Amino acid sequence: MKMNGARIMLECLKKEGVDTVFGYPGGTVINLYDELFSFKAIRHILPRHEQAGTHAADGYARATGRVGVAIATSGPGATNTVTGIATAYMDSIPMVIITGQVPTALIGNDAFQEVDIIGITRPCTKHSFLIRDVKDIAITMKKAFYIARSGRPGPVLVDFPKDVQMAMGEFHYPESVDIRGYKPNLSGHPRQVEKAVAMILDSQRPVMYVGGGAVLGDAAEPLTQLARKLSVPVTTTLMGLGAFPESDPNSLGMLGMHGAYCANMAMTHSDLIIAIGARFDDRVTGKLSTFAPHAKIIHIDVDPTSIKKNVRVDLPIVGDVKDVLTKMISQADKTKEKLAEFITALTPWHSDISGWKEKHPIGYKQSSTIIKPQFVIQKLRELSDDDAIISTDVGQHQMWTAQFFQFNKPRTLLTSGGLGTMGFGLPSAMGAQAAFPDRQVITICGDGGIQMNIQEMATLVQNKLPVKIVILNNNFLGMVRQWQELFFDKRYSSTCMELPIDYIKLADAYGAKGFLATKPGDVESVIKAGFKEKGPVIMEFKIAREEKVLPMVPAGASLNEMVLNA
Amino acid sequence: MQHTISVIVENDFGVLSRIATLFSGRGFNIDSLSVAPTNEDGLSRMTIVTRGDAQILEQINKQLNKLIDILKVLDFSDGSAIERELALIKVAAEDDARAEVLRIVDIFRAKIIDVTPKSYTIEATGNPIKIDGILELLRPLGLKEVVRTGAVAIGRGAKGWNG
Repeated sequence: MKMNGARIMLECLKKEGVDTVFGYPGGTVINLYDELFSFKAIRHILPRHEQAGTHAADGYARATGRVGVAIATSGPGATNTVTGIATAYMDSIPMVIITGQVPTALIGNDAFQEVDIIGITRPCTKHSFLIRDVKDIAITMKKAFYIARSGRPGPVLVDFPKDVQMAMGEFHYPESVDIRGYKPNLSGHPRQVEKAVAMILDSQRPVMYVGGGAVLGDAAEPLTQLARKLSVPVTTTLMGLGAFPESDPNSLGMLGMHGAYCANMAMTHSDLIIAIGARFDDRVTGKLSTFAPHAKIIHIDVDPTSIKKNVRVDLPIVGDVKDVLTKMISQADKTKEKLAEFITALTPWHSDISGWKEKHPIGYKQSSTIIKPQFVIQKLRELSDDDAIISTDVGQHQMWTAQFFQFNKPRTLLTSGGLGTMGFGLPSAMGAQAAFPDRQVITICGDGGIQMNIQEMATLVQNKLPVKIVILNNNFLGMVRQWQELFFDKRYSSTCMELPIDYIKLADAYGAKGFLATKPGDVESVIKAGFKEKGPVIMEFKIAREEKVLPMVPAGASLNEMVLNA
Repeated sequence: MQHTISVIVENDFGVLSRIATLFSGRGFNIDSLSVAPTNEDGLSRMTIVTRGDAQILEQINKQLNKLIDILKVLDFSDGSAIERELALIKVAAEDDARAEVLRIVDIFRAKIIDVTPKSYTIEATGNPIKIDGILELLRPLGLKEVVRTGAVAIGRGAKGWNG
């Protein structure tokens, strides 16, 4: 059946199981939007800025595990997606971003609203395509989705010129796709798996270091099973939170720059680190020359470039995390006696770890007069649904959420780790809520980040997305202020945002509800009132102004040189 | 340490750019770069001379392999390849220097491809080290212009890159 390129594109999305897209119309996508008007299979949500649209597709992908889809017009629409694309790239999120482009004959001519978006996003996309002919739309989209979701996931950009959208063609969706240069290795080598289990059973102070890859690879179940079977303590990165239940006694919590004392000490004193879907990022390792001085390292990852990039690795295993962990469980099952001996011999190590947990637990000084941000996080934990999805913006509040909320399930924390993008919180929650209309979705933001995509209040109200927005307001750009306090003699250069904003009035302007808490006694009632609302809600909490995120590993220090009190 | 890497790539638009961006974005050096189609349909072969220690070289190989349009990375750093380069050299030559230029050209089995009363233009091919050599000898006479292609490399033995 003959149809135009725009319609073919939508049929491709439908074939790929896409039911929701976030996009913003414009001149070079008006044909696509004309087809969308009557295309019932896809729900289109209009954000109020393309950056938010991209973050929403990102949040959708993080929450569901499916490929998020965003649409923008050419020129400024496309450039507005760059931050969103880079955010997804750094955290390996599967996404397809479709940008309109000027007609093929005008490409390279400095046409109206033309940019070389492929050139601009080359360093921050997993791959990109320019569709030059209506015949190529289907195979391009098949490839784009395959690349986005396979191996180490990532954002793929598809540039779609206007004349190709208007051209007529036949729609045939290919059965399969074969890309000569892209064959990710998903199956862990059985001999490497054998060696890994043997190394674990030979160790005395093992620790599992779990990253975002365990969440992206849907490996929480085999991970939890294996960790419990071996009785090995588990620490996760910010991106790995939820892959292993923090309620488990063997959970050490988050490690790294603002990680728990016990987690950082365990890494430093370990004799075997089992890295699972993690990349030894600088926020985690501290000074590389003194990182884990006594540990052998097993590194399990689907991306070979992550292995041996920053640290020397004794046993690399390239493969899908779920596949490798499942094989390790079978292997461990064959070693009954040695396993029992191994677990008994771990007693001194578990006792060391308990000691560290007791010595410096994650904590804060409660106050009866000022609201402490950590207290708000604890209360949110207590009063929120078990399967609530939490998104954060970026800054101190993000770290406090990671430290105090306690995540037990994967895909319940949506946070920009790699790029650290302010303005991520609200739109990513929007995307998650669109994916799960019946689940409680809460975004925790600072007063800085919330203003970067505040216009999305309109999207929430128009589309009936009842996101619960928590603003921890200290009238500061908190994380930068903390560094200025610790390292720049409190010279608060451009971090003070004194202007008081009436968030209740702001919510009302958009047709939403707002609540304000100014004293510790208000916290519980404000949260309860906010959660009870059927629509989107802002809950503002005026928090202590100069609270610090601790512990902290200062830049250039070793992982065990944490500042515990300041 | 210099390394020569050959990369077999899909001849799709933007692939050269993506490789160049990979190198510049991660701070890898490109000492020279040469690219042209191969005997196989839709494939091109790119030869890159880069420099770095063993850890950097491993990262370069892995990052290149990760790119979607790259089919194979051939690392010729272990000396298992034959390397060749072509240079076009315009050298000033008057009076006594003219005979000296001809002697050097003869020694290196190069060719004269252009001649004027004041200059010779020479075509030289060979291992890059040989090209360095002829340039060093010609330098005192006055090099007016030097155009080098950068190295290309091919593995020894009967097998092609694909077996």
